[in-house]
Amino acid sequence: MLIVNSELCTGCGDCEGQCAFGAIEVVDGIAVVNEECTLCGACVDHCDFEALTMEGVEKTVQADLESWSGVWVYCEFRRSELAQVSLELLGVGRKLADARGVKLSAILIGSGTDDIAGNLIGHGCDTVFTVDHPELAEFSDETYGRIVTDLIIEHKPEIILAGATAIGRSFIPAVATTLGAGLTADCTQLDIRESDGALMQTRPAFGGNIMATIECPYSRPQMATVRPKVMKPMEFDGSRSGEVIDVQPTDDQLKKKIRLVESVISEHDNVNIQESDILVAGGRGLGDEKGFELIRKLADSLSADVAASRAVVDSGWISYPHQVGQTGKTVAPKLYIACGISGAIQHVAGMQSSDTIVAINRDENAPIFDVADFGIVGDVNEVLPKLITKLEEKRGS
Amino acid sequence: MKIIVCVKQVPDAKDVRLDPETNTLSREGVESIMNPYDQYALEAGVQLAEEQGGTVTVLTMGPPQAEETLREAISCGANEAVLVSDRAFAGADTWATSYTLKRAIDKLGEFDLIICGKQAIDGDTAQVGPGLAMRLDIPFVTCVQKIRESSETSLIIERMMDDGYDVLDVPYPALLTVVKDVNEPRVPSLKGKMKAKKAEIKLLTAEEIEADSACIGLAGSPTQVVDVFPPPARGNRTVLTGSVDEQVEQLAEQLKDYLQ
Repeated sequence: MLIVNSELCTGCGDCEGQCAFGAIEVVDGIAVVNEECTLCGACVDHCDFEALTMEGVEKTVQADLESWSGVWVYCEFRRSELAQVSLELLGVGRKLADARGVKLSAILIGSGTDDIAGNLIGHGCDTVFTVDHPELAEFSDETYGRIVTDLIIEHKPEIILAGATAIGRSFIPAVATTLGAGLTADCTQLDIRESDGALMQTRPAFGGNIMATIECPYSRPQMATVRPKVMKPMEFDGSRSGEVIDVQPTDDQLKKKIRLVESVISEHDNVNIQESDILVAGGRGLGDEKGFELIRKLADSLSADVAASRAVVDSGWISYPHQVGQTGKTVAPKLYIACGISGAIQHVAGMQSSDTIVAINRDENAPIFDVADFGIVGDVNEVLPKLITKLEEKRGS
Repeated sequence: MKIIVCVKQVPDAKDVRLDPETNTLSREGVESIMNPYDQYALEAGVQLAEEQGGTVTVLTMGPPQAEETLREAISCGANEAVLVSDRAFAGADTWATSYTLKRAIDKLGEFDLIICGKQAIDGDTAQVGPGLAMRLDIPFVTCVQKIRESSETSLIIERMMDDGYDVLDVPYPALLTVVKDVNEPRVPSLKGKMKAKKAEIKLLTAEEIEADSACIGLAGSPTQVVDVFPPPARGNRTVLTGSVDEQVEQLAEQLKDYLQ
């Protein structure tokens, strides 16, 4: 429980402002905690008078904190290709490793990884653990999870990063649970705190309405999945040297209860809209499926990918992997063009971190304009053909 | 067939906003709802129980008022409801939550399948489902978009990937997390609502699930929130003016750098 020491509390109200949950307020000159308290502890450190304490909470500090050392990156490799986010993670991983004065290592799991392993060193790491086996050609939570878990137990890295992709967000939570490690999902910022070398992990919560910084003070390793497209890869440096260590998987590690029947690559459109630089998104304002074709045309002229609001997906104009928002995907492209989308909070939650947002909507009071950098009030069916023509002119000139 | 569906009561997103002046989540008039993804999980469970013959037990960890969400689940077809509630669970992160749910499930006896929503919309972590599966030592599949076939012993499912989907053969016992595409949740029937009203909600406390106090709530959480702040403010907004043609011209000018 959060306890207020009435003798030390001056009723200054600083804690009120610190609580994101409205769980603490000053009544008659003293802080009072209400039912909304989530015990997040943000107020405790901020009280200048040490009047707030978290009682009844005894944390056991792991005995061997200091023996965990090094930064690891899980490099996602699927269908003979390295996921772009892996290079981004090596970029930020290098910075974290340098700040800690430790080595950066990569884990590469798959089949036919030969050429890739050496490349990873040029992208910033000192050591690559490759686990290459025909049985690992296809991703499996069971095999990949066991291999990563066992490697971590053997080598004891202090930090492990993975991409917040379909794969990373699936098997990494399982690994963290087995290890008893703290895991922060979908981070957008990572820093090392100078005083004690702790990993400070920042992520959006409540659909991007608040940001939270999280740490794992009592245990190692510290684990995070990191949102793609946020971190910057290092410039490739062919002169970097490092070590590639081949690890043979054991029979136990390769056991599977779930069997892959087939792996289907989506034929239409790019469905991984989280990796797109530009997204053109359509909503109900387009009227019908035919109207939605305008979205594809505008997307074509900008070499963009197509996204949609929930209403459009529910109407069957485009498939679910294209849905942006609370029950769809969270995206943060360089440019997001929302066409005929009113901007319900459920949609905005999925796209408000985009660099530049353009909104085109008939209703000037539509909430989408609250988050837009540029807005046009008008009928999308009139505006879009004009915009497409105009863009073609600009391209020509 | 015995199915357990895990649900969470969450604040309705449309009401949650951070007041930039006070840096506080404005909770005024915030309604609580069943996490949207969990509604699909529940429907998937009820459909499977109908197909294969079986029962659905809906399980939640939360404050006493989470009982409302359990009653809603019963009105939508769940047979039994279990509330795991104790002040000692407060402040739990995903690690402590999966521990608590595991202890509760151990008390409920044998099961064939556990279904969860992909993630809760308040935390967006998507970590409890896989974590719970590890604690129960059963295989799991996340982001299930379709249940193609069901039998007495296994399921054929489609699991959403970044570049398409994988088709998997999943034997019981297993844990699935589902996305929106998996089904269309039913609206509660009048009969269901009546049933929900009368339903007995089983309550489990920390003591009853024999939880280790070092593994629950804040004490059992490896992660700790140290700061909460509003997202960076968006850049200057440019209001386009003039006729539609003029606005289109201005916008095209802004977008021309993106042309390849």
